[in-house]
Amino acid sequence: MKVPRFSRKTLCIPYAVFLLFFVILPMLVILVYAFTDRNMGFSFGNFVKFFSDPTKLSTIVYSIVIALITTVACLLVAYPIAYILARSNMKKKHVILMLFVLPMWINFVLRVNAIRELFNWIGLLGQTNYFNTVFGMVYDFLPFMILPLYTTLMKIDNSLYEASADLGGNAFTAFTRITLPLSVPGIVSGVTMVFLPSMTNYVVSDMLGNSMVTIIGKFIYEYFGSDWHMGSMVALILLIVVFISTWLTGGFQSEENVRGANL
Amino acid sequence: MAEHIIELQDVTKYYGENLVIDHVSFYVNKGEFITFLGPSGCGKTTTLRMIAGFDLPTSGKILLNGKDISLLPPNKRPVNTVFQRYALFPHLNVYENVAFGLKCKKVLNTYRNDKGEEYTKKERLTKKTIEEKVKKALALVDLEGFEKRSVTTLSGGQQQRVAIARAVVNEPEILLLDEPLGALDLKMRKEMQIELKEMHRRLGITFIYVTHDQEEALTMSDTIVVMADGVVQQIGTPTGIYNEPANTFVADFIGESNIFNGTVVGARKVKFCGKTFDCVDDFGEGEPVDVVVRPEDVQMTSPERGVLKGEVISVVFKGIHYEITVQVGKYEVVVQSTESRAVGETIGLNVAPDGIHLMRPKYTTNVFDGVIDKENKVEFAGGKFDCDVTQLYPGSHIDEEDYLITAAGEKIDLTGTEVKVEVGLYDISISDDEEAGGTTGHIISIIYKGDHYRLIVRTGDSDEDEDFVFATEDLWNENDYVSVIIPKDKIKLTLKNTEEKKR
Repeated sequence: MKVPRFSRKTLCIPYAVFLLFFVILPMLVILVYAFTDRNMGFSFGNFVKFFSDPTKLSTIVYSIVIALITTVACLLVAYPIAYILARSNMKKKHVILMLFVLPMWINFVLRVNAIRELFNWIGLLGQTNYFNTVFGMVYDFLPFMILPLYTTLMKIDNSLYEASADLGGNAFTAFTRITLPLSVPGIVSGVTMVFLPSMTNYVVSDMLGNSMVTIIGKFIYEYFGSDWHMGSMVALILLIVVFISTWLTGGFQSEENVRGANL
Repeated sequence: MAEHIIELQDVTKYYGENLVIDHVSFYVNKGEFITFLGPSGCGKTTTLRMIAGFDLPTSGKILLNGKDISLLPPNKRPVNTVFQRYALFPHLNVYENVAFGLKCKKVLNTYRNDKGEEYTKKERLTKKTIEEKVKKALALVDLEGFEKRSVTTLSGGQQQRVAIARAVVNEPEILLLDEPLGALDLKMRKEMQIELKEMHRRLGITFIYVTHDQEEALTMSDTIVVMADGVVQQIGTPTGIYNEPANTFVADFIGESNIFNGTVVGARKVKFCGKTFDCVDDFGEGEPVDVVVRPEDVQMTSPERGVLKGEVISVVFKGIHYEITVQVGKYEVVVQSTESRAVGETIGLNVAPDGIHLMRPKYTTNVFDGVIDKENKVEFAGGKFDCDVTQLYPGSHIDEEDYLITAAGEKIDLTGTEVKVEVGLYDISISDDEEAGGTTGHIISIIYKGDHYRLIVRTGDSDEDEDFVFATEDLWNENDYVSVIIPKDKIKLTLKNTEEKKR
């Protein structure tokens, strides 16, 4: 009987097909739609329209600002707890870590709805829309910041802290010269995992911002209801923003330097 | 008298409930090269860490130049450490690693203001000073030109040098070295030993060195502190410790030794291996002693002229000498000599009086605190043993309900009675069948005594462990998990004094 043999090349074919149909072709379609008008004629019209419309420009700025605030808030909340958990000798620290990560296992829509009801109950819904949106995003994305930070902080050898103290360094020195520089990979992957989704997660902004906060994701969603060409252009611009921010945070460095949430 | 730079006064350290340092006291002279030597887990690294400040003593004091520093944090102590696995900062290059300590440092500088008054200011070192010092330190360890290299790309030996430079650049009063050569290969280690010794001479500061390698300790140190089980066994010069080991542990751990059980038979006369020898140590007549004879102190001669006579059973060439094992009656004697002998040859052996070292045996019997349970077994050392409880009350016997009836006819329930349990060194055996004996434990020490092994089995948890010391002819391995068997009639029970008072 002949045993079927698969070469590595053969095994790659399904993935190549997948990449072609679900990544490359859609990108090309977006590109084509972005630079054509309704009659499918080549045009820079959408591009010009986007950058000449103050609402659209302000939306993209708002999105970036909201994402930035969310990221910084996440980092400020996550770093201390990740640091405490990583450095403590607590026996039950995995339980505490799990509690922080647990919300990730609960349906996203349910979580956002719960927050909405909470805001409604204390009377903030519809009052502080931007605050509500950022709060919801921080709540949602916190685990994605804690996990990579925790794993990088865990990897710092305790003897380095001893060496720092031995050489005359105080607690502040140890933090600024050991902890912080060595946790940069964790910060980078945490920031990447929070910043990018929080620019487009319009479910949070819709529900908690009481539909008064429009972020770029919402824009794309709405345009694809009416004008695919403009929608594609916005999507393309978002892609460029993402590309630039990834490049800025060093996301294109070699993989081993960027440690993800491998818990 | 030399100045004591470090003094430990009755220092004890517990990790949780685990006793790791047990009332240790000693001092270190200024400028000397002192080595803590012992097997792993003996407490040598913990002692070093307490001097560095990473661990704090549970009780006792550590004095630096006469001042108590027991509770001072590491960054306030004028000592620097070379860590076991170097602990170099992976994100910094060689220069930044070495400069780390200097950048943390603040020094008092004296200035004169316009009015001519002097005032002092606490300032960081200038960039130029740091640069000069780092350069000097790197030159000391032969790493000039490596400033910009990342430490992760260096070889083990180079990392080692960076670690040393990083410590000595701060000009510490004491340099602590925690098994610094452990990760290097043999040749590299030998080279570094010589370099460290040379560095010690040049820097003139105190070196405290931790190692489990007895040869390293003998080669490098001015003073050796031999530790085992959290206790200092002996402190002395390398020659002193080698030639006059304080006990069988030191004799066995440092260098090769023949260790025999002997008896003092007269003034400066000791009997071992069935013959009487002249010796230089004075003990009371009839006293049992441990006899230590270094293999190089045994002289081979013709069968007629030797006090001992035996057959050569193995000859091993060791490079500089031969190691010859001779069967003398039931004893094995190891001899080191530059001359060889043929296997099977009958030869005579002599030992000069100053080659015989007598020591009071540390263990003569095993004593435990025990409690009688309701089945008239005795509980001690984490187990239960069958025993004869009638020996507690002469003439007594046990009735069918397990009560003890004394000679006078009194009925006693022994349950809960506290007793002293004694077991002789030759009355214990062990088995690898965990169910076979009354309690279980790990073998923590094995010393060969010519015709038998002396074993120590440690039972129970770390916080309340008990040791069984006994002789066996069988060969076991350290750390074997065994059960301890004691025949019923070999367990000697006596009532505790408190119980006697109550009666």
